Amino acid sequence: MLRFIVRRLLQLIPTLGGLSILLFVWLQRLPGGPEYALLPDDATDEQRQALRRSLGLDEPLMVQYLSFLRRILQGDLGTSLQTSRPVMDEFFLRFPATFELGVTAMIIAVTIGLPLGYLAARKRGGVLDFAAVGGSLLGICTPVFFLAFILKVVFAEGLGLFPSAFRLSPGLGRTDITGFFVLDGVMTREWDVVWDALAHLILPGLALASIPLAVITRMTRASVLEVMGEDYVRTANAKGLHRTTVRTRHVLRNALLPVVTAMGLLAGSLFAGAVLTESVFAFPGIGSFVYVATQERDYPVLTGFILLIATMYVFINLLVDISYSLLDPRVRAQ
Amino acid sequence: MFTKSSRKPLGLVAVAASLTLVATACAESDRDTAGGDEQPFVFGAPGDITALDPFLASDGETFRYSRQVFETLLDHESGGSEIVGGLAETWEQSEDGTVWTFNLREGVTFHDGDELTAEVVCANFDRWFNLTGAYQSSNNSYYWQTIFGGFAENDEDYAPPEPRFVGCDAEDELTAVIEVSEYSSIFPGGFSLAAFGIMSPTTLEAMEGQEITGEEGNPSLPEYSQVAGTVAGTGPFTVEEWNQDQAEVTLSRFDDYWGDPAGFETMILRAIPDETARRQALEAGDIHGYDLVAPADVAPLQDAGFQVPTRDVFNVLYLAYQQENEALAELEVREALSHAVNRQRIVDTILPEGGEVATQFHPDTLDGWSPDVRTFDYDPDKARDMLADAGHEDLELEFCYPTEVTRPYMPAPKDIFDVISEDLQEVGVTVQPTAYEWAEYINQTDSGNCPLYLLGWTGDYNDAYNFIGTWFSGPMGAWGLDDEELFERMEEVSTNPDADERIAGYQELNEMVMEVLPGLPISSSPPSIAFSADVEPPNVSPLTQEVFAEGSWK
Repeated sequence: MLRFIVRRLLQLIPTLGGLSILLFVWLQRLPGGPEYALLPDDATDEQRQALRRSLGLDEPLMVQYLSFLRRILQGDLGTSLQTSRPVMDEFFLRFPATFELGVTAMIIAVTIGLPLGYLAARKRGGVLDFAAVGGSLLGICTPVFFLAFILKVVFAEGLGLFPSAFRLSPGLGRTDITGFFVLDGVMTREWDVVWDALAHLILPGLALASIPLAVITRMTRASVLEVMGEDYVRTANAKGLHRTTVRTRHVLRNALLPVVTAMGLLAGSLFAGAVLTESVFAFPGIGSFVYVATQERDYPVLTGFILLIATMYVFINLLVDISYSLLDPRVRAQ
Repeated sequence: MFTKSSRKPLGLVAVAASLTLVATACAESDRDTAGGDEQPFVFGAPGDITALDPFLASDGETFRYSRQVFETLLDHESGGSEIVGGLAETWEQSEDGTVWTFNLREGVTFHDGDELTAEVVCANFDRWFNLTGAYQSSNNSYYWQTIFGGFAENDEDYAPPEPRFVGCDAEDELTAVIEVSEYSSIFPGGFSLAAFGIMSPTTLEAMEGQEITGEEGNPSLPEYSQVAGTVAGTGPFTVEEWNQDQAEVTLSRFDDYWGDPAGFETMILRAIPDETARRQALEAGDIHGYDLVAPADVAPLQDAGFQVPTRDVFNVLYLAYQQENEALAELEVREALSHAVNRQRIVDTILPEGGEVATQFHPDTLDGWSPDVRTFDYDPDKARDMLADAGHEDLELEFCYPTEVTRPYMPAPKDIFDVISEDLQEVGVTVQPTAYEWAEYINQTDSGNCPLYLLGWTGDYNDAYNFIGTWFSGPMGAWGLDDEELFERMEEVSTNPDADERIAGYQELNEMVMEVLPGLPISSSPPSIAFSADVEPPNVSPLTQEVFAEGSWK
C-alpha cells in the first residue's frame, strides 16, 4: 500500500510540471495585464510601463518561466498582485472557509443523494423515482448562480431564515484557533459562533451541493439497479438472508464503488465550483478571492489556484483508490 | 450483541468523540466581550482594502476606509466638492503658487495620544519624499508621483518622474510651509487626496526601517500596513482590526476626536464584490448600506423602504473618437456622429436619478465649466446628411465596450453601448461591436486600437485639470489627437497661479476642446449609495468621499 501511495505521489511531479508550462503559456496569452487593472484609469503609459517593469513582466518569457519554476520548487507561489501578500498565505488564510463550505456541500449531497438514489432504485417507476430523476436533472441543468439567487430571495430575504452573505455575522467576536469556524466554536464552546457559522454555510452549501447531489443521486440509482439484478443478490435472497443484510452488505456496498469514485471527483470539482458560489454569497474563501484575481489579472493567484486544484485532484483520487480497497476486498488482495 | 464489523464504526465514533473532548478541554475562549452594546454599522464595499496605509494605495476602497481614520491638510466640504480646511484651518499660497502655508488646527490629537504639530506634518511629507526602493513603484506611490512627482533620490529601476516637492518647513508649532518646484493647478486639490493622510510621530517611528520586501516582481508590503495596531491618524474612527480572511475592517469611534464625535460606535467595512450580492445583503438585513447601486435597483430599493440619497454629479462619460481612424480624423464625420447620438435617452433610460447630459468634458459642478461650448443636438437627419456630404454614407466603425464592469460614470456599459449603436445604425453607420474585459479594454483603448469606445473619469479633487488635463495635455494613443495649440494652452492655463485667470482659461479650453471634438461627452451621473431605513445617512459626496462619522442610528 505504501509503495502504491508513494508511486501516486511521484506522478504529481510530471503532472504539475506539464500543467505549469500550459498555465504559463495561457496566462501570457490572457488579454490585458495587471498594469491596466491595478492602476487608476487615468494612469499614464509611463506609469503603466514602470509597473510592468517593477513586476518583472518585461523580462523575456523564458526568464519569467524559469524564475516561476524556481519559486514553485521552493514551495513559493509568488506574491498576489492585488494584495502584495504571498499567495500561499492568502490560500492558507482562506482555505478553512472553502474547506468548510466544500464539506458542507458534500455532506448535503451524500446524506440526501445516497438514500434518495437508493430509494428511487428500490421504488423504480414510482413517484419518488420520478421526483429523484427529474430533480437531479434539474439540479444539473440549473446554473449555480441562478440557484444561489433563488435560495437567497426565498430563504434570506423572504423568510429571513438564513443570512445572505459572509461567513460569520459582522461584529460577532470569536476565538481563532484553526481558522475553521465551526470547529473553533466547538473547541472553545462558543456555541453562538457554531450556530452562526453553520447558518452561514447552509445556503451556499446547498447551492454548491446542487450538482454533486444530482450526480450522486443518479449514479446511486443506476448502480443499485444494476447490482439488484446480479446473481449474487438473487442467491443471497434465495438463501433466506435478512432483507437488511442483503440490502446493506450485498447491494449497497457493491453499488457504492462507482459512486465513491464519482464522489472523489465531485469533491475536487467543488473547489472550482466554489469560485462562483462564494462570489454570489460574498463568502470569503479561496473561490471569491480567485474571482477577483481573474478580473485583476493576478497571475500568481490564478496559477497557484490551478496548481492547487490539480494537486487536490491527485490527492482525492488517491483517497478514492484507498477507499476502494476498504470497500472491495478484491482490490485489497491485488 | 455487537458483531465484529458493527463495532468498527462505533470505535471510530468513540475516537472522534474523545478527540473532540480533548480539543474542547484544551481550548479556551479568548474573545473580547468588552466594548459597546450598540450594534455595529456594516457597510458593504465593492472590494477589500489593499493596505492600512493609504499612501501605498490607489484604489477607492482603501481610501473609503482611510478617510474615516486619517485626515489630510485640506478636505472637501461635507456633501460637496469645494476645497475646505482639513487639519489646516486656513491656508495661503505665494504669488507664484510654489509656497503653500498651512495654519493647523489647535488641540488635534492622534489616536495614540500624540499631538498634531507642524513638525509632525513635515515629518510625514519628508518621509514620503525620502522613500526608496519598491516604495517608488508606481503601484506603491501612485498619488505621490501624480501630485508631487518623484523622490529625493529617484531609483532608476522604478522610473519615477522628476520631483515636484521641494521641502516642508515647520515655521512654528502650528504653521507648516510646503514648497513645490512649480505651480500646477493640481494644487491645492492635491493636498486633499486621501493618500496623504497625516500619521502620528509614534506611527512614523514604528514605520522606520520597514521596507517593501521580496525579490523583484514579488513585493511584500511591510507589516505595519497589514496588521492593525501601528497606524494612528486623527480621524473620527480608529482602526480596530483588519480581518483579511473575511475582507473586513473594523473601526471604533475615537472619543478624543477634535470635531463632532462619530455617530456610530463601531463601523465595519465588508467587501462584497458582486453587485447583486450587495443588494441582497442589504435587503436581508446583513448590512446597513452599500455603494455603487445599479441604476435599475434604485427605484425598487426606494419602494422597499431603503434610502438611496442622490449624490451631486462629479464625473463624465464620453464616447471617444480615435483619430488614427481615417474617417474619424475628419471633423465633419465626428460632428455627424455627435448629432446621431441621443444622449437624453441614455440619461432617461439607463442612468439613475440625477444624471444629466454632459455638454463638455467635465461636470457643471466644477469651476471652469463653460456655458458657451459648441453643442450637438440629437438630429439624425442632419447626421445622415453630414455623413453623405463627407462621402461616408456607408461608414463602418469598430465600437469597443467593456464587459463585467461597472464604473461610477458608466453604470451599465453594455446598455449604453446598445443605445449608441442603435443610434449610429439609424444614420447608416455599420457598427462592429467588440467586447473586452476591463484590463484588456484599457489596454486596447490606451493603445489606440478602438476607433469608438466608451470611457470616463470621476474627479479626485476640485480642479478642471483633473478632468480635461487628464486627457488633453499632450498626445495620447487613446485619442490619436495631435493639437499643439490645445496642448500648449493647457500647459499655460494649468500652471497659472492666478485662480480667476485659470478658471477663465479652463472655460476657454473647454470651448476649444468641443470645437476640436475629440469625443462626445455623454453624461454625468451620480453613483448611487443605499442605506437601510434605520440609519441616518452621512452627507453623500459627489466625489464618493463620504465621512461615515456623520451617520448615526435613527
